Amino acid sequence: MRPAWLLLAASTLASASDIATAQARRSGFADMSPATRAMQADDAANPGMLSVLEGAAQWSRPAGSAQRACTDCHGEAARMAGVAVRYPAFDAAANAPITLEQRINACRVRWQQAPALAWESRELLALSALIGTQSRGLPIEAPKDPRLSPFVERGRHRFEQRIGQLNFSCRDCHDTLAGRRLGAALIPQGHPTGYPIYRLEWQSLGSLQRRLRNCMTGVRAEPHAFGSVEHVELELYLRSRAAGMALETPAVRP
Amino acid sequence: MTQALLNLPARVRRGEIFEIRALVAHPMETGLRTGPNGGIVPRNIIEQFRCTYDGVEVFRATLHPAITANPYLAFFTRATRSGVIECTWIDDRSGHQRASASVTVE
Repeated sequence: MRPAWLLLAASTLASASDIATAQARRSGFADMSPATRAMQADDAANPGMLSVLEGAAQWSRPAGSAQRACTDCHGEAARMAGVAVRYPAFDAAANAPITLEQRINACRVRWQQAPALAWESRELLALSALIGTQSRGLPIEAPKDPRLSPFVERGRHRFEQRIGQLNFSCRDCHDTLAGRRLGAALIPQGHPTGYPIYRLEWQSLGSLQRRLRNCMTGVRAEPHAFGSVEHVELELYLRSRAAGMALETPAVRP
Repeated sequence: MTQALLNLPARVRRGEIFEIRALVAHPMETGLRTGPNGGIVPRNIIEQFRCTYDGVEVFRATLHPAITANPYLAFFTRATRSGVIECTWIDDRSGHQRASASVTVE
């Protein structure tokens, strides 16, 4: 009797998680309090817009020994519409996918001949926020480049792999238990729709990798380094998972 | 460098009450936190906020520690005449940040 009961329980669990993954995808925006939603929706109240403002100033400021500004090659920042929704993208020079932050730094080093900006520095966040904002409302694109598929696949594996002393995978919370609560906080589905985000808990803007590291520390795993290939793979998988959802950069989250 | 967003209607009718919304980039460091080296991070908060309308003060606020970084203030005033709305944030490091916008009264 017992094995049959176990088998039944296991199949029930499997179908429950299938239902969870098949249910409608929700941006974290939909589950925020009305006050926080209003803060994000109003550009005059969204603190992320301060970084966008700073990014716009940087965009036209010459930098590095080449004394070249972003505008000199790219023109107006508005022309970057549609860029953020297709990152991480495959970079032929690096022969690997790179994130938007890494693309900004590659551009700085190669064309502006300026030192790369530090991860999570105000300047880098400001530039990625500025570029992200240009794609606001556009649907996140699924990674179509065939060269990306092994990385997406490895990202999916990382998403499903249990890590840390608490032995949780990303999927355990953000697929299976999404919509339930962890203490007082609602567990979101974990779609990267608004990065870099202004997180009220941080009191500042932060990148997706900062958020991922946050989760890894939460399950008591050793977080991956900023800019590491593990993070890029995870970002890629998250992008394929969120394909079609509208970008909200700079989003506000509690 | 001032990094502030000042939002108000460009045109209002005389006598009308309109809203002024001011958001400024500031760390609002409380002076109670310890830094990475174990020492106290020195306090740096905005102490005073002032808003003048055509040179006349219409709103003033005293801010304290434990107020959020990048504080947002919204308040109302009555349209009297066309002029410049100027907001000033004064912080612990005696830095003044200023932002201004003009309003046309019809």
